Amino acid sequence: MINSGSCSSLMEVDYDDDHSHEELHVLAVDDNLIDRKLVEKLLKISSCKVTTAENAIRALEYLDALTNNDLKVNLIITDYCMPGMTGFELLKKVKESSYLKEVPVVIMSSENIPTRVNKCLASGAQMFMQKPLKLSDVEKLINVIS
Amino acid sequence: MNTVIAQLQRRFQDYIVSLYQQGFLDNQFSELRKLQDASSPDFVSEVVSLFFDDCAKLINNMSRSLERPENVDFKQVDSGVHQLKGSSSSVGAMRVKNVCISFKECCDVQNREGCLRCLQQVDYESKMLKTKLQDLFNVSFKALQNPTCSAARATNTPSWRYNSSGGYKLD
Repeated sequence: MINSGSCSSLMEVDYDDDHSHEELHVLAVDDNLIDRKLVEKLLKISSCKVTTAENAIRALEYLDALTNNDLKVNLIITDYCMPGMTGFELLKKVKESSYLKEVPVVIMSSENIPTRVNKCLASGAQMFMQKPLKLSDVEKLINVIS
Repeated sequence: MNTVIAQLQRRFQDYIVSLYQQGFLDNQFSELRKLQDASSPDFVSEVVSLFFDDCAKLINNMSRSLERPENVDFKQVDSGVHQLKGSSSSVGAMRVKNVCISFKECCDVQNREGCLRCLQQVDYESKMLKTKLQDLFNVSFKALQNPTCSAARATNTPSWRYNSSGGYKLD
């Protein structure tokens, strides 16, 4: 199941002299419903447009659909442990794609296992985040990505 | 009227603090509260309701997997414990999460008896927490009912029903 929602308009008018940034579009992948709800809210509060997917296959299907329209997301955030294709395998697929490889991929996990972290970073993950996610973690992440 | 509000808010705070002190909730619950805002005034109760629904479903599934001693699907049980540990951790349900840690250990060594004990404990802790949070939302609803309170609004959260005697009832 995929769903998209946005809490603010993509066309925000900025009255300062500062360059107004467009909303980041983030794809959040997690098989756990509560975690999906949480990450979605965290990202929306950080002014992102969010699409969620309940597994890696659905995530890839969504990314393909966007690709067909010459679109892509600005960030993928995925859980590591998922049944079927893991977040690590999803990361590799994204990095293998010539169209998607520049999209930053963040891996989340409840377990902070150094070999796991290193494996993900070595395969091109932008960041490894420990669950449960907090608002400050996500705000920091969005600042880095923007 | 303002003193009444202040008193109710104080009761609400004290109650939450006691839940932290007794280990029912940990810091992640306060992280959850930070996410509640004007655009989603029922965020916490919604997530918490989802959590309890999820709990009940997982407990049910694991119970079935553990039912027959000669044919336990430990993989299934492990998967359920993993989900439950994740969710409880994400909402700040500390006692539930801690039972899951022991539960996982029993699963790893395929200890059916141990798993059954943990399952019972997880069921108990989640029901206990549900009751505690029900009371909490009860107090907060009363505090917000005052029309002079800027946060007063009609709530129609799916799983929490307001009944005519003035309390919240979980479906």
